[in-house]
Amino acid sequence: MTTLAIINARLLDPSTDYDGPGSIVIEDGVLSEVNRGSWLVQADQVIDAHGLCLAPGLIDIRVKTGEPGAEPRETLKSASQAAAAGGVCTIVVQPDTDPAIDDPAMIDFIQRRGAALGLVNVRAAGAATRGLDGQRMAEIGLMAEAGALYFTDGDRVIANSRTLQRVMSYAGTFNALIACRPADPWLTEGAVAASGELATRLGLSGSPAIAERMGLERDLALVEQTGARFLVDQISTAGALETLARARGKGLDVAVSVSINHLCFNEVDIGDYRTFYRLDPPLRSEADRQALIEAVRDGLIDVITSAHAPAPAEDKRLPFAEAAPGAVGLETLLPAALSLYHEDGLDLLEVLRPLTAGPAALLGLESGRIAPGLAADLVLFDPDAPVVIDAAQLKSKSKNSPFDGRRLQGRVLLTLVGGRIVHDAR
Amino acid sequence: MTQLAPSGHSVTDLIRERLVPFPGRHFLSAVDLNPPAAIALLDLADAFVDLNRSSAKALDLMHGQTVMNLFFENSTRTSSSFEIAAKRLGADVVTMPVQASSVKKGETLIDTAVTLNAMKPDILVIRHSASGAADLLSQKVGCSVINAGDGRHEHPTQALLDLLSLRRAFGDVGNLTVAICGDVAHSRVARSNVALLQMMGARVRLIGPPTLVPGDADRWGCEVFHDMREGLQGCDVVMMLRLQLERMTGALVPSTREYFRFWGLDREKLGWAAPGARVMHPGPMNRGVEIDSDVADDLTVSLIQDQVEMGVAARMAVLASLAVRRGADR
Repeated sequence: MTTLAIINARLLDPSTDYDGPGSIVIEDGVLSEVNRGSWLVQADQVIDAHGLCLAPGLIDIRVKTGEPGAEPRETLKSASQAAAAGGVCTIVVQPDTDPAIDDPAMIDFIQRRGAALGLVNVRAAGAATRGLDGQRMAEIGLMAEAGALYFTDGDRVIANSRTLQRVMSYAGTFNALIACRPADPWLTEGAVAASGELATRLGLSGSPAIAERMGLERDLALVEQTGARFLVDQISTAGALETLARARGKGLDVAVSVSINHLCFNEVDIGDYRTFYRLDPPLRSEADRQALIEAVRDGLIDVITSAHAPAPAEDKRLPFAEAAPGAVGLETLLPAALSLYHEDGLDLLEVLRPLTAGPAALLGLESGRIAPGLAADLVLFDPDAPVVIDAAQLKSKSKNSPFDGRRLQGRVLLTLVGGRIVHDAR
Repeated sequence: MTQLAPSGHSVTDLIRERLVPFPGRHFLSAVDLNPPAAIALLDLADAFVDLNRSSAKALDLMHGQTVMNLFFENSTRTSSSFEIAAKRLGADVVTMPVQASSVKKGETLIDTAVTLNAMKPDILVIRHSASGAADLLSQKVGCSVINAGDGRHEHPTQALLDLLSLRRAFGDVGNLTVAICGDVAHSRVARSNVALLQMMGARVRLIGPPTLVPGDADRWGCEVFHDMREGLQGCDVVMMLRLQLERMTGALVPSTREYFRFWGLDREKLGWAAPGARVMHPGPMNRGVEIDSDVADDLTVSLIQDQVEMGVAARMAVLASLAVRRGADR
């Protein structure tokens, strides 16, 4: 049995608010020792971190791949490689594949395929309705038993309130988490940008900010009635944040996620019709972006996701409104998130919490923290190292990164999943 | 508890002895009964069971009276059960194929009722898909009305026959904990059983997915469970309800296989109930959906066959005592 130690690290554990020197020892893939301060440790192999950051491996709960159904776009393998390179130890794939992940056998398929790759932990979200049709409830109980972590129709809004009410109510039996994009389906129909002066000038059809608030109001009313465990998936406007705060003030226990893109970019970025910035929900105003960053700082955001949505060149090299929405983000998630530390004054624990302990607590995962007895899912990174993102170098099959050419700070040096080194850039 | 006739006493004498007037003019809901009346009906029904098991089943208690079966909804077992019960009591029985006749021609329920009332039946047995249909009919006719199932409201004779089966299997019903499982929301059987079982002192639990067990059902005085393992703990009786096929395809329940996995009664789930627990089902069963054949067909635990037999006896008791009541009112 070989042991591996990482010493002289700056240990960052958001679950216990610890940010200080420390070392860890891994035995059999499991953290056997977690030492705070300077300790002498013994191990077969010792890695000196030289004071760089050692944090729980990131958990990305919103990853689209193209497997099954659209493998040229992305496979579980290419997504896993991208995740490993990005310090992401657990990915939760979205159910909007072809066929959709709406069946316990599909959950099993994804998990087996992911495990066989031996890279990162691959988990799945199940569809809330069969074939994502928004009408017929999917097999939530059987999928939960098979290992589905939560249930969602992905980018599709369940327009029929009665269906959503039944899904929420039914899911309660299994204490299953339901996630929904907050959006009024009619106000957002055909929209490719945020409503406003810019979209009007560019001649793009806009999605008004109130559409998000209206969708959220409905969802929250149903949560209140059914008592469902609920995740507001990808909030993007200040108005919806206010609505959420009001509901939480009344005692409603709901979680919320935000995509990294909406923390880093605003509507101005679509100015020259660059389709890599065509996202869903669309990029919003700078005031919205600032409100989202404030919410992360205040601990109101449970989860930051990469919203990884690979789209090949043929789907992106099109006029803006015709291009597929979405951006890849697994590999750039950490350096992009660190911009909140470098530019917006958040501390490292505030940035890391919604990337690790937050999603782990939401999904009931053991990972997302550094404690003895847990699987050694870890990321070692240099928070200050400058990087220039080159989309062509990304491991994803699709290269649609809005960060292409951007200068960021933060380099992932080592990713360990279950004690195995799956990425080494030291 | 079958009370056998004292020697020298015939079953017929026993029946005449136990014949009491029904507490009301109609039998529309389980709450039309009260505990003494229910017990009197069960005693009478016990005597009818003996009669039905003998070779000479015919009586003349309702000689010359007309019972009209008015089934607006398809039903084989309930309508034949009523028909046999009335015939054994010596009544003339007319079973109206309502679906095939006037309703198709656009006649309203009231018009049909008024028309039939003019033919002077003594007792109308009605089944209808709308809740409250039996109540409405009872206000418009001069005869007695028995509710044989109205929408998702009540099916009181089913509750009475279930009570009869339980009393014969367990003796005292008052100490029982009864779990009613499945589609409570759409079940008239559940509503009548909750009312009657509680009236007789039994504890009733409701178990099913939240989409099928109304959230406010705990205000009926029942404990509500969504998990079979928790809910069946300590139950003496597991009463399964029929799940309508159209409700299983994603509207209220994702699929039959998921329903069976979590709420279908099989050996394993039955093992969570009290030792010696008995299984009931109002029929017709969806085998492999709400109940496993292995359990349904095991006569050491299943009361399902008894329920069908008790159905005739219980309905004879209701018809006969309603006839007595009508005679007394005149």
